[in-house]
Formats: sequence, structure tokens, C-alpha cells
Amino acid sequence: MLELRDVRVVFDGFHALDGVDLTVPEGELRFLIGPNGAGKTTLIDVITGLTRPAAGTVTFDGHDLVGRKEHRIVRLGVGRTFQTSVVFEELSVVENLDLAACFRRPLWSLARRRKGVSQAVEEALTRTGLEELADRSAGVLSHGQRQWLELGMLLAQRPRLLLLDEPVAGMSREERERTGELLTQIAADHTVIVVEHDMEFLRRHASKVTVLHEGKVLVEGSVEQVSADPRVQEVYLGRKPSDAVGK
Amino acid sequence: MIRKHLPFATIAVLALVAAPLLLEPFRLSLLAKYLCYAIVALGIGLAWGQGGMLTLGQGVFFGLGGYSMAMYLKLAEGGGLPDFMVWSGVEELPALWTPFANPVFALGMAVLGPVAIAVVLGTLVFRQRVRGAYFAILTQALAAAMVILLVGQQGLTGGTNGMTNFFDLFGADLAADSTQRGLYLVVAGVLGVLYLATRQLVNSRFGRLLVAVRDGEDRVRFLGYNPATVKTVTFAASAGMAGLAGALFVPVVGIISPALLGVVPSLELVVAVAVGGRHALAGAVLGAVLMGYAKTAFSEQFADGWLYLQGALFILVMTLAPKGIAGILGRWRSARAT
Ligand SMILES: Nc1ncnc2c1ncn2[C@@H]1O[C@H](COP(=O)(O)OP(=O)(O)O)[C@@H](O)[C@H]1O
Ligand SMILES: [Mg+2]
Repeated sequence: MLELRDVRVVFDGFHALDGVDLTVPEGELRFLIGPNGAGKTTLIDVITGLTRPAAGTVTFDGHDLVGRKEHRIVRLGVGRTFQTSVVFEELSVVENLDLAACFRRPLWSLARRRKGVSQAVEEALTRTGLEELADRSAGVLSHGQRQWLELGMLLAQRPRLLLLDEPVAGMSREERERTGELLTQIAADHTVIVVEHDMEFLRRHASKVTVLHEGKVLVEGSVEQVSADPRVQEVYLGRKPSDAVGK
Repeated sequence: MIRKHLPFATIAVLALVAAPLLLEPFRLSLLAKYLCYAIVALGIGLAWGQGGMLTLGQGVFFGLGGYSMAMYLKLAEGGGLPDFMVWSGVEELPALWTPFANPVFALGMAVLGPVAIAVVLGTLVFRQRVRGAYFAILTQALAAAMVILLVGQQGLTGGTNGMTNFFDLFGADLAADSTQRGLYLVVAGVLGVLYLATRQLVNSRFGRLLVAVRDGEDRVRFLGYNPATVKTVTFAASAGMAGLAGALFVPVVGIISPALLGVVPSLELVVAVAVGGRHALAGAVLGAVLMGYAKTAFSEQFADGWLYLQGALFILVMTLAPKGIAGILGRWRSARAT
């Protein structure tokens, strides 16, 4: 479904991605890990059109994504969240979700007032547990609620491939657990790539893991395989992967 | 329902019934002029307040509308070539102006000309992701260029003096009180309709999308929308409003000239919108009318002082009450409600 071949990104002579190959088949839940600066966010940026690679190909469902505009890639069914969540603070929760759900409509049809709540929005509200806050302004949400709203907006878009950049960063323990449940639900009927540092989260939810290091794919495999790999051990300096992943 | 529409209905009655009855003709014409500015301000409120596009060149669109209308008035009077062309030694009506003898064409151009230019400009500029101060400077440069163009083409445009000396409109004597009263009602009516339509747009999904583009253009792309299209459509709507305002302005005031649409008048309207409150459409309208009155009152006494006073007012509003008069009124109302 998603295929990257020899993708390279260079920032002022610095190779953020240095020949990455990645294949994610339909329906998979893939975790992307690696130390800070490994190029995980850059990889998502390349797939979603925010960063243009210096070389390499990115194909989604037979479509070449390189050079395509961001909104066109979204229209192909690729959605993402951001490491620092961005929601529209002046709009209410339900308005945020509604905008996310309406992007396939012709622009002129948006010239009417929203009446009620569409099914996609309703679903996103229930899944993220934000029903109570539906009419509150998104500006008053807590950090965790914002991340959920962002996830909800992504769901309301009904994408086929979801790219989540550190969805539990900065969350409390309970919030993490809720997000984990949500992720399991989402993964049941979507293809998902998750960037996540949190090792406990990883151990609980990951099926297949790709480890990125200095812009290259270091290893790829199951959680057990990856945590047993000495190279991964080396990369997570001092921290034994068995500590990190297996705890 | 009734409560929601009460403020608008009250103002509509005051404007359409009370003002024509109570104001003497000279005052009514002045108000009509301010209402023309208010139409431009409404467009600025939409583009800047809602869409975040600080446009400092609305005078360009206002001017296009004004000159279209002025040319129609000149050609409709008959008696051969317009006076300013004769003075410039032009002997034959330039082909550019011939279709403007038709009122439908002239009025159509007054609106569609600005819309077309805004669409072309918006498509070029917003696709390149030009925004913020760069967009503001670009539109200001456009206003400056427009003035140079108009002044340079004396034979086509009347140069610095512009076009004036209009005598009748559709057979009615422009100097007559009844004509001016009729014009006032037309201007007030147009403003009312445009206000309602714009408010409708702002409250629609498109309006929400516009606010989202203002607050996070880059995020909007990842919702699957093209912000450039949203901005272009909005900018074009504001240009169309300015064009129509210009067309109404000419028969009301009796003149159109480069001095009425250059950098300074364009800026003055933005200041008026800021003072009234750019985030509320009613604030933009109010600001234009108030600043219009203030300008008339002050510049009669100390002409140059007005410019400084205006600048000071702008800084004061931006620092102390960034939401303008509308913001202050809104706070006062919500404080009273609790
Ligand atoms: N826009 C940019 N300009 C220059 N360097 C960048 C830019 N974006 C990322 N980088 C660099 O590329 C490397 C990879 O960054 P990133 O993909 O954000 O890492 P990760 O998400 O894995 O922590 C980092 O060293 C970062 O400093
Ligand atoms: Mg990152």
C-alpha cells in the first residue's frame, strides 16, 4: 500500500534521511522508533508532502506522492497528526471535527450553515470521548484532549493510511491508556504508522517495528526481534533495549 | 430569533426611514458617502478580520468601480466626447471606453473587473504562499501603481483631476434632493443586503474554514483543503464589494480621482476597520461611518492634524483594544448580562 524507495532528504548538507526503504502493507499497524533526530518526523513529512525528498520515490496505492501538494495527498486518503498538536482554538470541538469531515465536498456547498452533526463527526466524538466537550471552544482543551481532538479530526477525514507523530507524548498514564485503546480500535480497520518513543506503549501495542537511526533503517521486525538486536542496543546508548522494550 | 435580529432591524429602520426624514439633504449625502466607505470596510472586515489578509489596496478596486461608473455617466450625458478628453486634446473616444456607454456593462465591470483582478492576483500570490506583511506590502504597491497609471493616462482618465461634473443619472437630475435621497436609499439598501450576505457567509462552514485558514493555514492543508482557493475566493468577494462601493460613490459624491483611491485612502479604511473592530462585521461598518464623520469634522478645522490624530487613534486601538469598539461593546454587553 505504501512504499518508499531510497528516500533521501538533505537539510543544508545534513542528511536527515539517507536512503530509506519502507514498505507498509494494507491493514498493518507499524511502529516507527529511533532516537531523537533519527528522522522519524522527516519521514512522515516526506510521505505527506510537507518536505520534498532530494531523491527516491514514495508511492501510495500506485500514486506517486513526490511533488504532490499536501491537500492532494490528503485527498488520496493519507492523514496525519503533528508532534505538537494543532487545533483551531477559535472554533468549537465539533466545528473542528466538522471541517475535517467536509473536505471532499465542493467548496460552494460549504457556504451554508452547519446543521446538526454528521455521522463521521458523531463517530469521531464517541471514539475520542469528547462528546461532553463538543460545543466548547477547542482553545480550552487540556493537552491530552487536544491530542484526542487531533486524532478525532483525522478519523473524521476517513483516511486509509494514518500517520501519527508521537500521539502519547506528554500524556498522563490514564490518558496514555485511553489513547492506546483508541489506537487499537483504529488499527482494526485502518493502516497506521505510529511514531512513538514510549517503550511501554510500544510493547503493549506494536506488531511490527521499524527502527530508524541517523536517517537509515536500522532493523525491522517484531518487538522481540528488534529488542534482541545488538545494533538497537547500541543506538539507544547505555539503555539496554531489553530494559527499554521488555520491561 | 427576534432578539437575534433586533439590532439589525433597528438600525435598518433608523437608516432607511428615520435618516431620510430627519437629516437635511447635505447631511444625508454625507452619510451616503460614509455608507459607501462602509461597503468597502465590510469587505476588509471579511478579508482581514475573518481571513487574516491585510489588504492595503482596496482603493484599487474602489477606483475601478468608480471609474467604470464615472465613464458611464460621462458617456450617457451625450454631447460628444467627455470634457476632460477634449481638454487633453483627445479627438476620438478610445476603444477601451466605448462599451461603457452601456449601464449594464459599466456596472458589471465595476464589480467583475475587481473580482477578476483579485482572482488573478490571489491565484498567483496565495499559491506561492505569500502572506502576512508581504501580502500587505504587495497590495499597497498595487494602490500606488494604480495612482501612477491613472495620473499618467490623462487622456483616458482625466489625470490628477479625475472625472467630475456629472449632471444626471438615468435621466434624473443628480443635483436634486430627491435624486440624492434615492441614491442614499440605494446605498443603504446595498450595504444592508451585503452585510446580511457576508454575515451568512461568516457563519457558514466556509466562514469557519476561513477562520481556520487565518489561524493555521498550514494545518488546513492537512485537512485536505487548499487554503489558496479559500483566500482567493474571499479576497475576490472583498474586491467585488469595493468595486460596487466605488460605483455607488461616484453619483453620490460627484467625483472620482486618484486622490480618492491611492495608498492613503486605502490605509484610512483599514484604520477605520481596526477602530470599529475587525473581528466583527458590524464593527467594520461602524468604524467606517464613525471615521468618516470624524474626518469631516476634524479636517474642516485642522486639515493636517487629522492624519496624525488618525495615526494616534490607530496605535491606541491596536495596543489598548485590539478588538476595537465592537470588542469594547461586546465586553460591556456580556458584563451586563451576568
Ligand atoms: N526543516 C529542517 N531544517 C533543518 N534541519 C532539520 C529540519 N527538520 C529536521 N531537521 C533535522 O533533521 C533531523 C531529523 O529530524 P526529525 O525527523 O524531526 O527527527 P525525529 O522526529 O526522529 O526526532 C534532526 O537532526 C533535525 O535537526
Ligand atoms: Mg519527531
